[in-house]
Amino acid sequence: MTTFSIEKIREDFPILKEKIRNKPLVYLDNAATCQKPQAVIDSISHLYTHEYANVHRGVHTLSVKATDRYEGAREKVKNFINAQSTKEIIFVKGTTEAINLIAQTFGKANIKAGDEIIITAMEHHSNIVPWQMLCEETGAVLKVAPINLQGELIFAEFEKLISDKTKLVAVVHMSNALGTINPVEKIIAAAKVKNIPVLLDGAQAIPHMSVDVQALDCDFYAFSGHKLYAPAGIGVLYGKQALLEAMPPYQGGGDMIRKVTFEETEYNGLPYKFEAGTPSIADVVGLGAAIDYLTEIGMDNIANYEAELLQYATAKAKTIKGLRIVGEAREKGAILSFVLDKIHPHDIGTMLDSLGIAIRAGHHCAMPVMDFFEVPATARASFAVYNTKEEIDILMNGIEQLIEVFG
Amino acid sequence: MFDDLRDLYQEVIFDHNRNPRNFRVMENPDREVEGFNPLCGDRLTLFLKMQGDEIIDASFQGSGCAISTASVSLMTEIVKGKTENEAKELFHQFHAMTTGKEGEVDLQVIGKLAVLAGVREYPARVKCATLAWHTLDAALKNEEKSISTE
Repeated sequence: MTTFSIEKIREDFPILKEKIRNKPLVYLDNAATCQKPQAVIDSISHLYTHEYANVHRGVHTLSVKATDRYEGAREKVKNFINAQSTKEIIFVKGTTEAINLIAQTFGKANIKAGDEIIITAMEHHSNIVPWQMLCEETGAVLKVAPINLQGELIFAEFEKLISDKTKLVAVVHMSNALGTINPVEKIIAAAKVKNIPVLLDGAQAIPHMSVDVQALDCDFYAFSGHKLYAPAGIGVLYGKQALLEAMPPYQGGGDMIRKVTFEETEYNGLPYKFEAGTPSIADVVGLGAAIDYLTEIGMDNIANYEAELLQYATAKAKTIKGLRIVGEAREKGAILSFVLDKIHPHDIGTMLDSLGIAIRAGHHCAMPVMDFFEVPATARASFAVYNTKEEIDILMNGIEQLIEVFG
Repeated sequence: MFDDLRDLYQEVIFDHNRNPRNFRVMENPDREVEGFNPLCGDRLTLFLKMQGDEIIDASFQGSGCAISTASVSLMTEIVKGKTENEAKELFHQFHAMTTGKEGEVDLQVIGKLAVLAGVREYPARVKCATLAWHTLDAALKNEEKSISTE
Protein backbone atom coordinates (compact mmCIF):
# COMPACT_ATOMS: atom_id res chain seq x y z
CA MET A 1 0.00 0.00 0.00
CA THR A 2 1.13 3.48 -0.80
CA THR A 3 1.75 5.28 2.46
CA PHE A 4 2.34 8.71 1.00
CA SER A 5 0.51 11.01 -1.33
CA ILE A 6 1.82 10.64 -4.84
CA GLU A 7 0.07 13.89 -5.86
CA LYS A 8 1.94 15.73 -3.15
CA ILE A 9 5.25 14.19 -4.21
CA ARG A 10 4.68 15.15 -7.84
CA GLU A 11 4.03 18.70 -6.69
CA ASP A 12 7.51 18.71 -5.16
CA PHE A 13 9.20 18.18 -8.54
CA PRO A 14 8.73 21.31 -10.67
CA ILE A 15 10.09 19.77 -13.87
CA LEU A 16 7.20 17.28 -13.96
CA LYS A 17 4.97 20.16 -15.07
CA GLU A 18 7.01 20.58 -18.27
CA LYS A 19 5.48 19.84 -21.65
CA ILE A 20 7.60 17.83 -24.08
CA ARG A 21 6.55 18.12 -27.72
CA ASN A 22 3.27 19.55 -26.44
CA LYS A 23 2.58 16.53 -24.25
CA PRO A 24 2.88 16.22 -20.48
CA LEU A 25 6.32 14.91 -19.59
CA VAL A 26 6.42 11.23 -18.61
CA TYR A 27 9.91 10.89 -17.19
CA LEU A 28 11.01 7.25 -17.12
CA ASP A 29 14.77 7.68 -17.44
CA ASN A 30 15.46 7.71 -13.72
CA ALA A 31 18.21 5.11 -13.83
CA ALA A 32 20.19 7.59 -15.96
CA THR A 33 19.46 10.47 -13.63
CA CYS A 34 16.63 11.52 -11.35
CA GLN A 35 14.76 14.81 -11.29
CA LYS A 36 15.20 17.16 -8.34
CA PRO A 37 12.63 18.16 -5.73
CA GLN A 38 12.11 21.86 -4.96
CA ALA A 39 13.73 21.32 -1.55
CA VAL A 40 17.02 20.41 -3.24
CA ILE A 41 16.83 23.28 -5.70
CA ASP A 42 16.02 25.69 -2.86
CA SER A 43 18.86 24.43 -0.67
CA ILE A 44 21.39 25.29 -3.36
CA SER A 45 19.81 28.64 -4.07
CA HIS A 46 19.68 29.42 -0.34
CA LEU A 47 23.34 28.57 0.12
CA TYR A 48 24.45 30.81 -2.75
CA THR A 49 22.11 33.57 -1.67
CA HIS A 50 22.90 33.60 2.05
CA GLU A 51 25.63 31.26 3.21
CA TYR A 52 28.25 30.65 0.56
CA ALA A 53 32.01 30.80 1.08
CA ASN A 54 34.83 28.29 0.93
CA VAL A 55 34.85 25.54 3.53
CA HIS A 56 37.48 24.66 6.14
CA ARG A 57 39.34 27.90 5.37
CA GLY A 58 38.30 31.18 6.82
CA VAL A 59 37.57 32.43 10.30
CA HIS A 60 34.89 34.68 8.83
CA THR A 61 31.22 34.05 9.48
CA LEU A 62 30.25 32.91 5.99
CA SER A 63 33.03 30.37 5.83
CA VAL A 64 31.90 28.98 9.16
CA LYS A 65 28.28 28.80 7.97
CA ALA A 66 29.24 27.12 4.69
CA THR A 67 31.44 24.65 6.55
CA ASP A 68 28.56 23.85 8.92
CA ARG A 69 26.25 23.16 5.97
CA TYR A 70 28.89 21.07 4.23
CA GLU A 71 29.80 19.00 7.27
CA GLY A 72 26.12 18.82 8.21
CA ALA A 73 25.49 17.07 4.90
CA ARG A 74 28.27 14.60 5.68
CA GLU A 75 26.52 13.79 8.95
CA LYS A 76 23.25 13.23 7.01
CA VAL A 77 24.98 10.85 4.61
CA LYS A 78 26.54 9.00 7.54
CA ASN A 79 23.11 8.51 9.13
CA PHE A 80 21.46 7.67 5.80
CA ILE A 81 23.71 4.67 5.17
CA ASN A 82 24.39 4.02 8.87
CA ALA A 83 28.15 4.44 8.75
CA GLN A 84 29.97 4.44 12.07
CA SER A 85 31.61 7.79 11.63
CA THR A 86 31.69 10.80 9.31
CA LYS A 87 35.37 9.95 8.81
CA GLU A 88 34.12 7.12 6.62
CA ILE A 89 32.22 9.42 4.26
CA ILE A 90 34.37 10.75 1.40
CA PHE A 91 32.80 13.20 -1.03
CA VAL A 92 33.74 12.51 -4.65
CA LYS A 93 32.31 13.46 -8.06
CA GLY A 94 30.24 10.33 -8.33
CA THR A 95 30.30 6.54 -8.33
CA THR A 96 32.82 6.47 -11.15
CA GLU A 97 35.31 8.59 -9.24
CA ALA A 98 34.73 6.57 -6.08
CA ILE A 99 35.64 3.33 -7.86
CA ASN A 100 38.64 4.92 -9.55
CA LEU A 101 39.75 6.24 -6.18
CA ILE A 102 39.75 2.73 -4.72
CA ALA A 103 41.54 1.31 -7.74
CA GLN A 104 44.23 3.99 -7.60
CA THR A 105 44.79 3.96 -3.83
CA PHE A 106 43.71 0.70 -2.23
CA GLY A 107 44.34 -1.12 -5.51
CA LYS A 108 47.85 0.12 -6.13
CA ALA A 109 48.85 -0.42 -2.50
CA ASN A 110 47.44 -3.92 -2.15
CA ILE A 111 47.10 -5.58 -5.55
CA LYS A 112 50.14 -7.09 -7.24
CA ALA A 113 50.95 -9.18 -10.30
CA GLY A 114 49.08 -12.48 -10.22
CA ASP A 115 46.47 -11.24 -7.73
CA GLU A 116 42.84 -11.42 -8.75
CA ILE A 117 39.88 -9.04 -8.67
CA ILE A 118 36.37 -10.47 -9.02
CA ILE A 119 33.53 -8.59 -10.70
CA THR A 120 30.29 -9.88 -12.27
CA ALA A 121 29.11 -10.06 -15.86
CA MET A 122 26.46 -7.40 -15.21
CA GLU A 123 28.75 -4.52 -14.25
CA HIS A 124 28.49 -0.98 -15.57
CA HIS A 125 31.60 0.10 -17.49
CA SER A 126 32.57 2.17 -14.45
CA ASN A 127 33.09 -1.03 -12.45
CA ILE A 128 34.99 -2.75 -15.27
CA VAL A 129 37.37 -0.25 -16.81
CA PRO A 130 39.08 1.04 -13.61
CA TRP A 131 39.98 -2.60 -12.79
CA GLN A 132 41.19 -3.31 -16.31
CA MET A 133 43.43 -0.27 -16.03
CA LEU A 134 44.72 -1.44 -12.66
CA CYS A 135 45.31 -4.96 -14.00
CA GLU A 136 47.23 -3.55 -16.94
CA GLU A 137 49.43 -1.55 -14.59
CA THR A 138 50.02 -4.23 -12.00
CA GLY A 139 49.71 -7.53 -13.85
CA ALA A 140 46.72 -8.54 -11.73
CA VAL A 141 43.91 -10.56 -13.31
CA LEU A 142 40.24 -9.62 -13.64
CA LYS A 143 37.81 -12.50 -13.02
CA VAL A 144 34.21 -12.21 -14.15
CA ALA A 145 31.45 -14.16 -12.42
CA PRO A 146 28.82 -15.22 -14.96
CA ILE A 147 25.08 -14.53 -15.03
CA ASN A 148 22.15 -16.65 -16.19
CA LEU A 149 19.48 -15.86 -18.78
CA GLN A 150 17.26 -14.23 -16.16
CA GLY A 151 20.09 -11.82 -15.55
CA GLU A 152 20.99 -13.22 -12.12
CA LEU A 153 24.46 -13.85 -10.81
CA ILE A 154 25.27 -17.57 -10.81
CA PHE A 155 26.34 -17.62 -7.20
CA ALA A 156 27.99 -21.05 -7.29
CA GLU A 157 30.24 -19.86 -10.13
CA PHE A 158 31.05 -16.69 -8.22
CA GLU A 159 32.04 -18.74 -5.17
CA LYS A 160 34.34 -20.92 -7.29
CA LEU A 161 36.29 -17.83 -8.36
CA ILE A 162 37.20 -16.93 -4.80
CA SER A 163 40.70 -18.08 -3.95
CA ASP A 164 43.80 -17.08 -2.01
CA LYS A 165 44.72 -14.91 -4.99
CA THR A 166 41.55 -12.81 -4.68
CA LYS A 167 42.37 -9.37 -3.30
CA LEU A 168 39.09 -7.56 -3.95
CA VAL A 169 35.48 -8.33 -4.86
CA ALA A 170 33.79 -5.42 -6.65
CA VAL A 171 30.15 -5.99 -7.54
CA VAL A 172 27.13 -3.96 -8.47
CA HIS A 173 24.38 -3.86 -5.83
CA MET A 174 21.66 -3.33 -8.42
CA SER A 175 22.23 -3.59 -12.18
CA ASN A 176 21.45 -0.50 -14.24
CA ALA A 177 20.83 -2.49 -17.41
CA LEU A 178 18.78 -5.37 -15.97
CA GLY A 179 17.43 -4.18 -12.64
CA THR A 180 18.85 -7.26 -10.91
CA ILE A 181 19.52 -6.85 -7.20
CA ASN A 182 22.52 -8.98 -6.32
CA PRO A 183 22.59 -11.20 -3.22
CA VAL A 184 25.16 -8.89 -1.66
CA GLU A 185 24.84 -10.38 1.84
CA LYS A 186 25.81 -13.80 0.49
CA ILE A 187 28.59 -12.30 -1.64
CA ILE A 188 30.04 -10.46 1.33
CA ALA A 189 29.77 -13.51 3.59
CA ALA A 190 31.58 -15.65 1.02
CA ALA A 191 34.35 -13.08 0.64
CA LYS A 192 34.74 -12.66 4.41
CA VAL A 193 35.68 -16.31 4.80
CA LYS A 194 38.98 -15.39 3.17
CA ASN A 195 39.10 -11.82 4.51
CA ILE A 196 38.64 -10.33 1.06
CA PRO A 197 37.41 -6.73 1.00
CA VAL A 198 34.16 -6.10 -0.88
CA LEU A 199 33.23 -2.96 -2.79
CA LEU A 200 29.58 -2.44 -3.69
CA ASP A 201 28.67 -0.18 -6.61
CA GLY A 202 25.50 1.29 -5.17
CA ALA A 203 24.73 3.83 -7.91
CA GLN A 204 21.40 2.20 -8.77
CA ALA A 205 20.54 0.63 -5.44
CA ILE A 206 20.78 3.71 -3.24
CA PRO A 207 17.65 5.54 -4.51
CA HIS A 208 15.50 2.43 -4.34
CA MET A 209 16.10 0.81 -0.94
CA SER A 210 17.47 1.50 2.51
CA VAL A 211 21.16 0.70 2.69
CA ASP A 212 22.90 -0.07 5.99
CA VAL A 213 26.63 -0.43 5.44
CA GLN A 214 27.22 -1.82 8.92
CA ALA A 215 24.52 -4.46 8.58
CA LEU A 216 25.88 -5.36 5.14
CA ASP A 217 29.42 -5.34 6.50
CA CYS A 218 30.73 -4.19 3.13
CA ASP A 219 34.15 -2.56 3.08
CA PHE A 220 33.40 0.08 0.46
CA TYR A 221 30.13 1.45 -0.86
CA ALA A 222 30.00 3.92 -3.75
CA PHE A 223 27.09 6.00 -5.01
CA SER A 224 26.21 9.15 -6.94
CA GLY A 225 24.06 12.04 -5.81
CA HIS A 226 22.33 12.64 -9.11
CA LYS A 227 20.50 9.31 -9.06
CA LEU A 228 19.40 10.08 -5.50
CA TYR A 229 17.40 13.22 -6.41
CA ALA A 230 20.49 15.33 -5.62
CA PRO A 231 22.70 17.37 -7.96
CA ALA A 232 25.05 15.80 -10.48
CA GLY A 233 28.75 16.13 -9.83
CA ILE A 234 28.63 14.85 -6.27
CA GLY A 235 28.90 11.34 -4.94
CA VAL A 236 30.00 9.39 -1.93
CA LEU A 237 32.60 6.80 -1.20
CA TYR A 238 31.99 5.00 2.07
CA GLY A 239 34.92 2.99 3.39
CA LYS A 240 35.60 1.29 6.69
CA GLN A 241 37.78 3.60 8.71
CA ALA A 242 40.66 1.14 9.21
CA LEU A 243 40.88 0.51 5.46
CA LEU A 244 40.73 4.21 4.61
CA GLU A 245 43.40 5.01 7.20
CA ALA A 246 45.76 2.48 5.65
CA MET A 247 45.20 3.70 2.08
CA PRO A 248 47.53 6.22 0.46
CA PRO A 249 45.92 9.53 -0.55
CA TYR A 250 44.26 9.93 -3.96
CA GLN A 251 44.97 13.42 -5.29
CA GLY A 252 47.36 15.90 -3.76
CA GLY A 253 46.43 19.51 -3.05
CA GLY A 254 44.77 21.79 -0.57
CA ASP A 255 42.56 20.48 2.25
CA MET A 256 44.14 17.03 2.17
CA ILE A 257 47.26 18.18 4.00
CA ARG A 258 48.13 18.99 7.58
CA LYS A 259 51.54 20.52 6.98
CA VAL A 260 53.50 21.20 3.80
CA THR A 261 57.15 22.11 3.40
CA PHE A 262 59.23 21.64 0.27
CA GLU A 263 60.86 18.66 1.92
CA GLU A 264 57.78 16.77 3.00
CA THR A 265 54.05 16.84 3.46
CA GLU A 266 52.01 15.54 6.33
CA TYR A 267 48.59 14.37 5.16
CA ASN A 268 45.36 15.39 6.77
CA GLY A 269 43.21 12.86 8.61
CA LEU A 270 40.00 11.28 7.37
CA PRO A 271 37.92 12.13 5.48
CA TYR A 272 39.90 15.13 4.23
CA LYS A 273 42.88 13.04 3.17
CA PHE A 274 40.82 12.05 0.12
CA GLU A 275 39.23 15.45 -0.60
CA ALA A 276 41.93 17.55 -2.23
CA GLY A 277 40.87 20.95 -3.51
CA THR A 278 37.75 23.03 -2.98
CA PRO A 279 34.86 20.58 -3.09
CA SER A 280 31.52 20.95 -4.83
CA ILE A 281 30.09 22.69 -1.76
CA ALA A 282 26.58 23.53 -2.98
CA ASP A 283 26.12 20.07 -4.49
CA VAL A 284 27.02 18.48 -1.17
CA VAL A 285 24.46 20.71 0.54
CA GLY A 286 21.94 19.67 -2.14
CA LEU A 287 22.72 16.03 -1.40
CA GLY A 288 21.99 16.67 2.26
CA ALA A 289 18.63 18.22 1.32
CA ALA A 290 17.79 15.24 -0.90
CA ILE A 291 18.53 12.86 1.96
CA ASP A 292 16.26 14.89 4.28
CA TYR A 293 13.54 14.75 1.63
CA LEU A 294 13.84 10.98 1.16
CA THR A 295 14.08 10.28 4.87
CA GLU A 296 10.83 12.16 5.35
CA ILE A 297 9.09 9.85 2.85
CA GLY A 298 10.95 6.78 4.13
CA MET A 299 13.16 4.56 1.99
CA ASP A 300 11.12 1.47 2.80
CA ASN A 301 7.95 3.23 1.65
CA ILE A 302 9.72 4.19 -1.57
CA ALA A 303 10.90 0.62 -2.09
CA ASN A 304 7.38 -0.74 -1.58
CA TYR A 305 5.79 1.79 -3.91
CA GLU A 306 8.35 1.22 -6.65
CA ALA A 307 7.93 -2.55 -6.33
CA GLU A 308 4.22 -1.97 -6.99
CA LEU A 309 5.06 0.12 -10.08
CA LEU A 310 7.49 -2.48 -11.40
CA GLN A 311 5.03 -5.30 -10.89
CA TYR A 312 2.32 -3.34 -12.70
CA ALA A 313 4.63 -2.41 -15.58
CA THR A 314 5.98 -5.96 -15.92
CA ALA A 315 2.51 -7.49 -16.03
CA LYS A 316 1.40 -4.98 -18.69
CA ALA A 317 4.59 -5.41 -20.72
CA LYS A 318 4.07 -9.17 -20.82
CA THR A 319 0.74 -8.73 -22.60
CA ILE A 320 2.39 -6.91 -25.51
CA LYS A 321 3.13 -9.23 -28.41
CA GLY A 322 6.70 -9.00 -29.67
CA LEU A 323 8.00 -7.43 -26.45
CA ARG A 324 10.77 -9.27 -24.63
CA ILE A 325 11.88 -8.19 -21.17
CA VAL A 326 15.65 -8.29 -20.75
CA GLY A 327 16.42 -9.08 -17.13
CA GLU A 328 13.88 -11.11 -15.17
CA ALA A 329 15.69 -11.65 -11.91
CA ARG A 330 13.58 -12.69 -8.94
CA GLU A 331 15.15 -9.89 -6.91
CA LYS A 332 14.73 -6.80 -9.04
CA GLY A 333 14.56 -3.03 -8.69
CA ALA A 334 12.37 -0.60 -10.60
CA ILE A 335 13.93 -1.04 -14.04
CA LEU A 336 12.19 -2.49 -17.08
CA SER A 337 14.65 -3.19 -19.89
CA PHE A 338 13.06 -4.54 -23.05
CA VAL A 339 13.38 -5.10 -26.76
CA LEU A 340 10.70 -5.22 -29.44
CA ASP A 341 10.73 -7.66 -32.30
CA LYS A 342 12.22 -5.95 -35.40
CA ILE A 343 12.11 -2.46 -33.89
CA HIS A 344 15.40 -0.98 -32.79
CA PRO A 345 15.51 0.62 -29.32
CA HIS A 346 16.64 3.90 -30.83
CA ASP A 347 13.46 4.07 -32.89
CA ILE A 348 11.43 3.20 -29.79
CA GLY A 349 13.15 6.08 -27.97
CA THR A 350 12.39 8.65 -30.66
CA MET A 351 8.81 7.45 -31.12
CA LEU A 352 8.07 7.56 -27.39
CA ASP A 353 9.73 10.97 -27.11
CA SER A 354 7.19 12.32 -29.56
CA LEU A 355 4.55 11.30 -27.00
CA GLY A 356 6.39 13.12 -24.21
CA ILE A 357 7.83 9.90 -22.77
CA ALA A 358 11.52 9.90 -21.82
CA ILE A 359 13.14 6.47 -21.75
CA ARG A 360 16.70 5.38 -22.37
CA ALA A 361 17.65 3.54 -25.54
CA GLY A 362 21.15 2.16 -25.82
CA HIS A 363 23.67 -0.14 -24.23
CA HIS A 364 23.42 1.55 -20.81
CA CYS A 365 27.21 1.61 -20.45
CA ALA A 366 27.05 -2.15 -20.06
CA MET A 367 28.14 -3.46 -23.46
CA PRO A 368 29.10 -6.91 -22.10
CA VAL A 369 25.53 -7.31 -20.83
CA MET A 370 24.18 -6.47 -24.31
CA ASP A 371 26.58 -9.04 -25.83
CA PHE A 372 25.41 -11.68 -23.37
CA PHE A 373 21.76 -11.18 -24.31
CA GLU A 374 22.75 -10.85 -28.00
CA VAL A 375 21.08 -7.48 -28.45
CA PRO A 376 22.80 -4.31 -29.70
CA ALA A 377 20.85 -2.24 -27.23
CA THR A 378 17.69 -2.24 -25.16
CA ALA A 379 14.96 0.26 -24.37
CA ARG A 380 14.78 0.93 -20.66
CA ALA A 381 12.01 2.45 -18.59
CA SER A 382 13.17 3.12 -15.05
CA PHE A 383 10.91 4.31 -12.28
CA ALA A 384 11.22 6.72 -9.40
CA VAL A 385 9.10 7.69 -6.44
CA TYR A 386 7.19 10.30 -8.48
CA ASN A 387 6.05 7.95 -11.25
CA THR A 388 2.49 6.65 -11.44
CA LYS A 389 0.55 3.75 -12.87
CA GLU A 390 -1.12 6.21 -15.23
CA GLU A 391 2.30 7.01 -16.66
CA ILE A 392 2.97 3.32 -17.15
CA ASP A 393 -0.34 3.08 -19.03
CA ILE A 394 0.80 5.93 -21.28
CA LEU A 395 4.09 4.12 -21.89
CA MET A 396 2.48 0.79 -22.71
CA ASN A 397 -0.10 2.42 -24.92
CA GLY A 398 2.71 4.23 -26.75
CA ILE A 399 4.59 0.97 -27.26
CA GLU A 400 1.50 -0.69 -28.71
CA GLN A 401 0.96 2.24 -31.05
CA LEU A 402 4.51 2.27 -32.33
CA ILE A 403 4.45 -1.47 -32.97
CA GLU A 404 1.42 -0.80 -35.14
CA VAL A 405 3.15 2.03 -37.03
CA PHE A 406 6.20 -0.12 -37.73
CA GLY A 407 3.93 -2.90 -38.93
CA MET B 1 -0.64 9.49 -32.97
CA PHE B 2 2.86 9.97 -34.29
CA ASP B 3 2.02 12.92 -36.54
CA ASP B 4 5.03 14.90 -35.35
CA LEU B 5 7.29 12.16 -36.62
CA ARG B 6 6.00 11.95 -40.18
CA ASP B 7 8.95 13.97 -41.48
CA LEU B 8 11.40 11.62 -39.83
CA TYR B 9 9.75 8.27 -40.45
CA GLN B 10 8.55 8.43 -44.01
CA GLU B 11 7.03 5.38 -45.65
CA VAL B 12 10.19 4.87 -47.75
CA ILE B 13 12.18 4.53 -44.55
CA PHE B 14 9.82 1.90 -43.14
CA ASP B 15 10.03 0.09 -46.47
CA HIS B 16 13.85 0.00 -46.50
CA ASN B 17 13.90 -0.97 -42.84
CA ARG B 18 11.57 -3.90 -43.46
CA ASN B 19 13.26 -4.95 -46.69
CA PRO B 20 16.78 -3.58 -46.80
CA ARG B 21 18.32 -3.61 -50.29
CA ASN B 22 21.76 -5.14 -50.92
CA PHE B 23 21.68 -6.79 -47.52
CA ARG B 24 24.23 -9.53 -48.15
CA VAL B 25 27.82 -10.52 -47.59
CA MET B 26 29.89 -9.87 -50.73
CA GLU B 27 32.25 -12.51 -52.07
CA ASN B 28 35.74 -11.09 -52.57
CA PRO B 29 34.97 -7.42 -52.00
CA ASP B 30 37.60 -4.85 -52.94
CA ARG B 31 36.78 -2.79 -49.88
CA GLU B 32 35.30 -3.90 -46.55
CA VAL B 33 34.91 -1.49 -43.65
CA GLU B 34 33.03 -1.74 -40.38
CA GLY B 35 31.09 1.26 -39.11
CA PHE B 36 30.08 1.54 -35.48
CA ASN B 37 28.02 4.01 -33.51
CA PRO B 38 29.01 3.36 -29.89
CA LEU B 39 26.23 5.62 -28.65
CA CYS B 40 23.47 3.26 -29.74
CA GLY B 41 25.29 0.11 -30.74
CA ASP B 42 24.51 0.38 -34.45
CA ARG B 43 27.01 -1.69 -36.36
CA LEU B 44 27.36 -2.31 -40.06
CA THR B 45 29.86 -3.77 -42.47
CA LEU B 46 30.03 -2.19 -45.91
CA PHE B 47 31.35 -4.08 -48.92
CA LEU B 48 32.37 -2.46 -52.22
CA LYS B 49 33.37 -3.94 -55.54
CA MET B 50 35.40 -1.51 -57.66
CA GLN B 51 36.30 -1.36 -61.33
CA GLY B 52 38.90 1.34 -61.75
CA ASP B 53 37.42 4.21 -59.79
CA GLU B 54 33.83 3.08 -60.34
CA ILE B 55 31.75 1.40 -57.64
CA ILE B 56 30.17 -1.52 -59.47
CA ASP B 57 28.61 -3.19 -56.46
CA ALA B 58 27.81 -2.25 -52.86
CA SER B 59 26.28 -4.34 -50.10
CA PHE B 60 26.09 -4.43 -46.32
CA GLN B 61 25.47 -6.50 -43.21
CA GLY B 62 24.73 -5.44 -39.69
CA SER B 63 22.03 -4.27 -37.36
CA GLY B 64 20.77 -0.84 -36.58
CA CYS B 65 17.74 1.35 -36.15
CA ALA B 66 15.27 2.11 -38.93
CA ILE B 67 17.05 5.34 -39.81
CA SER B 68 20.50 3.81 -40.09
CA THR B 69 19.22 0.71 -41.90
CA ALA B 70 17.24 2.78 -44.41
CA SER B 71 20.18 5.11 -44.87
CA VAL B 72 22.68 2.38 -45.67
CA SER B 73 20.15 0.54 -47.83
CA LEU B 74 19.43 3.67 -49.88
CA MET B 75 23.14 4.46 -50.07
CA THR B 76 24.10 1.08 -51.48
CA GLU B 77 21.48 1.58 -54.18
CA ILE B 78 22.51 5.07 -55.15
CA VAL B 79 26.29 4.65 -55.20
CA LYS B 80 26.27 1.72 -57.60
CA GLY B 81 27.66 2.93 -60.91
CA LYS B 82 29.07 6.11 -59.36
CA THR B 83 32.74 7.04 -59.51
CA GLU B 84 34.63 7.64 -56.29
CA ASN B 85 34.42 11.40 -56.81
CA GLU B 86 30.70 11.27 -57.48
CA ALA B 87 30.20 9.22 -54.34
CA LYS B 88 32.26 11.68 -52.31
CA GLU B 89 30.15 14.54 -53.66
CA LEU B 90 27.02 12.64 -52.60
CA PHE B 91 28.51 12.24 -49.12
CA HIS B 92 29.14 15.96 -48.98
CA GLN B 93 25.58 16.71 -50.11
CA PHE B 94 24.09 14.19 -47.70
CA HIS B 95 26.06 15.62 -44.85
CA ALA B 96 24.91 19.14 -45.71
CA MET B 97 21.29 17.99 -45.90
CA THR B 98 21.31 16.19 -42.55
CA THR B 99 23.11 18.96 -40.72
CA GLY B 100 20.79 21.70 -41.93
CA LYS B 101 22.94 23.38 -44.59
CA GLU B 102 20.18 23.29 -47.20
CA GLY B 103 21.88 25.98 -49.29
CA GLU B 104 24.55 23.51 -50.32
CA VAL B 105 22.13 20.76 -51.29
CA ASP B 106 21.40 20.04 -54.96
CA LEU B 107 18.09 18.15 -55.02
CA GLN B 108 18.96 16.70 -58.42
CA VAL B 109 22.05 15.05 -56.97
CA ILE B 110 20.51 14.02 -53.68
CA GLY B 111 17.52 12.31 -55.35
CA LYS B 112 15.57 9.97 -53.13
CA LEU B 113 18.04 10.38 -50.29
CA ALA B 114 15.90 13.42 -49.55
CA VAL B 115 13.58 11.18 -47.50
CA LEU B 116 16.23 11.32 -44.78
CA ALA B 117 16.25 15.13 -44.58
CA GLY B 118 13.93 14.94 -41.55
CA VAL B 119 16.76 13.86 -39.23
CA ARG B 120 18.10 17.41 -39.15
CA GLU B 121 15.29 18.20 -36.69
CA TYR B 122 16.49 15.36 -34.45
CA PRO B 123 20.10 16.04 -33.46
CA ALA B 124 20.25 12.80 -31.49
CA ARG B 125 19.49 10.87 -34.69
CA VAL B 126 21.75 12.56 -37.25
CA LYS B 127 24.52 10.06 -36.59
CA CYS B 128 22.14 7.20 -37.34
CA ALA B 129 21.72 8.56 -40.84
CA THR B 130 25.33 9.51 -41.45
CA LEU B 131 26.96 6.31 -40.13
CA ALA B 132 26.61 4.63 -43.54
CA TRP B 133 28.20 7.56 -45.31
CA HIS B 134 31.12 7.87 -42.91
CA THR B 135 31.72 4.17 -43.45
CA LEU B 136 31.62 4.66 -47.23
CA ASP B 137 34.02 7.57 -46.93
CA ALA B 138 36.46 5.36 -45.00
CA ALA B 139 36.05 2.61 -47.59
CA LEU B 140 36.78 5.00 -50.45
CA LYS B 141 39.85 6.25 -48.63
CA ASN B 142 40.79 2.58 -48.35
CA GLU B 143 41.03 2.73 -44.59
CA GLU B 144 40.81 -0.92 -43.71
CA LYS B 145 39.72 -0.52 -40.15
CA SER B 146 36.56 0.14 -38.29
CA ILE B 147 35.22 3.65 -38.01
CA SER B 148 33.19 5.15 -35.24
CA THR B 149 30.79 8.06 -35.14
CA GLU B 150 32.14 9.24 -31.78
